[in-house]
Amino acid sequence: MLAWTIYLSFGGALLIAFFAQGRPQLARWLALLTAVGGLGLAGCAFFTQTGVTPVVDAAWIPAMGIRYTLSADGISRVLVLLTGFASVAGVLFSWNIDRRVNEFFGFYLALIGGVYGVFLSADLFLFFVFYEIAIVPKYFLIAIWGSTRREYGAMKLALYSFIGSAMVLVGLLAAYAVSGGHTLNLATLQQYPFPVSFQMWAFPLVFLGFAVLAGMWPLHTWAPTGHVAAPTAASMLLAGVVMKLGAYGCLRVAMTLFPHGLDPWGWSFLGIGSWRTLFALLAVIGILYGAAVALIQNDFKFVIGYSSVSHMGLVLLGLMTLSQIGLDGAVLQMFSHGILAGLLFATVGRIVYERTHTRDLTALSHLHLSRTLPFAAWLFVLAGMASMGLPGFSGFIAELQVLIGAWTAFPVFTIVAGVGIVVGVAYTWRAMQKAFFNEAPAHPSAAAASIPAQHAFEPITWAEKTGVILLLAASLAVGLAPRLLLDQITPAVLALPHTLLTGGRP
Amino acid sequence: MSTYGNLLAILWPESILEIASLAILVVDLGFMRRASSAARMSVASTLGSFGALTALLWLLMHAGSMTVMGGALVTNASVVAAQVGILILTALVLLLGVSARFTRNPGEYVALVLLATTGMLLVAASRDLLIIFVALELLSLSLYVLSAFSKHSAASSEAALKYYLFGGMSAAFMLFGFSYLYGITGTTRLTAIAASLASASLTPITLVALVLVAVGLGFKVAAVPFHIWAPDTYLGAPTPVAALIASGSKVASFAVLIAVTAALAPAWGWTETLLWMAGTSIVLGNLAALVQSSVRRILAYSAIAHAGYMLLGIAAHTLASDQAVLLYALTYALTTVGAFAVVAIVERDAGSDRLDAFAGLSARSPLLAATLMVFLLSLAGIPPLVGFWVKFQMFASVLRSPLAASWGIGMVILAIAGSAVSLYYYLQVLKRAWVAPAAVSSRLAIQPRELLLLLLIAITVILLGIFPGWLLQWIPMVG
Repeated sequence: MLAWTIYLSFGGALLIAFFAQGRPQLARWLALLTAVGGLGLAGCAFFTQTGVTPVVDAAWIPAMGIRYTLSADGISRVLVLLTGFASVAGVLFSWNIDRRVNEFFGFYLALIGGVYGVFLSADLFLFFVFYEIAIVPKYFLIAIWGSTRREYGAMKLALYSFIGSAMVLVGLLAAYAVSGGHTLNLATLQQYPFPVSFQMWAFPLVFLGFAVLAGMWPLHTWAPTGHVAAPTAASMLLAGVVMKLGAYGCLRVAMTLFPHGLDPWGWSFLGIGSWRTLFALLAVIGILYGAAVALIQNDFKFVIGYSSVSHMGLVLLGLMTLSQIGLDGAVLQMFSHGILAGLLFATVGRIVYERTHTRDLTALSHLHLSRTLPFAAWLFVLAGMASMGLPGFSGFIAELQVLIGAWTAFPVFTIVAGVGIVVGVAYTWRAMQKAFFNEAPAHPSAAAASIPAQHAFEPITWAEKTGVILLLAASLAVGLAPRLLLDQITPAVLALPHTLLTGGRP
Repeated sequence: MSTYGNLLAILWPESILEIASLAILVVDLGFMRRASSAARMSVASTLGSFGALTALLWLLMHAGSMTVMGGALVTNASVVAAQVGILILTALVLLLGVSARFTRNPGEYVALVLLATTGMLLVAASRDLLIIFVALELLSLSLYVLSAFSKHSAASSEAALKYYLFGGMSAAFMLFGFSYLYGITGTTRLTAIAASLASASLTPITLVALVLVAVGLGFKVAAVPFHIWAPDTYLGAPTPVAALIASGSKVASFAVLIAVTAALAPAWGWTETLLWMAGTSIVLGNLAALVQSSVRRILAYSAIAHAGYMLLGIAAHTLASDQAVLLYALTYALTTVGAFAVVAIVERDAGSDRLDAFAGLSARSPLLAATLMVFLLSLAGIPPLVGFWVKFQMFASVLRSPLAASWGIGMVILAIAGSAVSLYYYLQVLKRAWVAPAAVSSRLAIQPRELLLLLLIAITVILLGIFPGWLLQWIPMVG
């Protein structure tokens, strides 16, 4: 059943690209239909399946031992569900795209199809194929329909992604050759006893390759520029699901395939004695750095862009805790951040920017948006609260689990990460205050003069309302009943290699 | 059956091509002198591709293993695969070039293309130093003349002159190397040379011979440092000729390089020479392509980089890697023929192959822009296109060869890094085609026939990428 999420998306992409030329309304509805179909399938699978479900297993390239194998466990189903939500919301928030509409939704759905494919692949070759399929549409989505420095942002994103995937490819080829070249099936390769010395270099290579896409500091620099340059729907997908591809690859491929890569080196430098500690440190730096940089941005979208880096740092920290609760939290945070980043980018990039035509916080502060655009104001308050990690929303339970997991493994890092979360409150508060609730009398500055204070903005469209409700409901549901997701995630986490759950101890 | 009977049997495809080329000269010069140049070109090209397809049909119906003249010429599954590929590529080049207007002598042009193809077929089948040399010269001399065929264009003459001077020089080096090899081993048969070199100890003269042979073959595949002719020839030669040089000629050269490597690999120095050429080609080809503003030159430098990847596979020298190189060469050539055809169409409209000439292609002809995207992304190695699959298979085979213990992993990392860099320049072209606004808004003039062929190639590239098993069945591993 889940395999049809992939076929549906690619089929929809082809259909729209070739048959909806010059008929924008048809392209939009087809895209919505496809995305809703994907969400429906994902939801169905999520609520009816448990454990590891094989989806498809067929011979593909027998000479190389490569099979077309799709299968889903709890983690896959959660992330497939996330992709479903993000894709429907993305279509809704791109309803106002009016240039080259059929190409836009063609690229968009091709990207979605690739993402579904990655989350469902159980064969490394297939995994990699889908992973790379997702790169090219991103480039065109940003370069054609983007805004600020779009060609630069798009090229940077494409090259970072491609270099990251080149690192992954080296690791995969090496694993294939070392294991005798019989199979690339993930479950089979996990059983293969790779030499520890091999794992020691293959693990960081593959992990870092994926971490590029997960936005790990200092490889994160594509993320803010890419997010800012991208059109709203693409920002939502980039932050919402594409960064999850990276984190998912770190967990599913790098960590499960080469678990001994996380072992101590046997020597330490400045207290860093293993790849695990090093990557945890980088994750924590990312949390703090992203938050601190978000605090001083004047472009509203950059605030959200850097907050993504910060939140993805929590995912990576959760992965490095090597404990059940930390990994649970990491996967939950992937879902939560996917939903909330989508919501924030939709608020800033679509609801506010498309009406005010500025993302400059100083300029926005003269517009009294809390009165002129109350929908956006209360929406940002809710999304901001969720993003800060207030109880009741999905962010809280995810961050809590990551921090509990991290506390036993890295007490000092946990304190720093806690500081990062506090800074997170500060930048959200600051952005909220400046953009929406600035009650100081407007200065007669140039920015303010160009837009009359009592400008009547276009009303909120039905598409925007639907998208907002969808995402907010998802976040609230998970926040109030985290068991919905945890019932899927925990069994899948417990099925990971033993050393990933015991802090690396056998 | 006598030796001559066997010889004739093994050379039927070549003979068919020769007959076709003569027939074309007769038809064109005998009956069509008064016809318009467009009509002459159509007739000659159609006849030429008909000849190539007849040879292809014969080849497919009589596939089998045979050896004649004591192993000087062989045919087996991989030789047949290379020859089938070469014939398909020639037919495509001729059919895509029907509307090219660079010559007033279409009959001679097509006849020379078929002669060059004859050379390619022979090169792929020959396993004897002398026959290799003669076949390579037949191929090269035809291509020199073809490069100069646009007689009113100075660039074409320049391209041909550079190609000829470098080619003549490297052919001389190669022949000199062959004579040393003969002197050392006392034979010109590749199998005998392999046996002799395997038992001989290393002498400086062997090394000199190997390097000299590498010069000649390195020139044919445009590997650094014997690549200097490539950008200028790709730029100046008439587009169909450039496509032929980049496709069929490459396939033939790599096929013979595989055979020569089987003979010379036992001697120390050959693998190392190949690896050096591979490494420098990958680095220089990819870096130089970054700064080009002419799409033909981008394709030329990218061809150098691709030659580097393939040389890596040849250096690995296992059954799996030889198969992978052949697959790589064939699919690369097919993709390149498509890319050159798109360049030709754009050039016909804009009069230039600069990057800016491609601006707004997606608005002016969405299908053409889509095929260009398929070709370039396949060259960059993006799945699910065939370019990704052949790279994957080749690098995997290198890592599973004895080479992996020494240079293999480092070279594979270099090659994968190189292909990551290559995405940048392919995207430069695609950025113009898909992102930049069109300078002129009129639709691009494309003949339905051209578009159909291009779509056919693009669909093949996609399907072979999704179902690579077909390729592997077609070209089994053979020694």
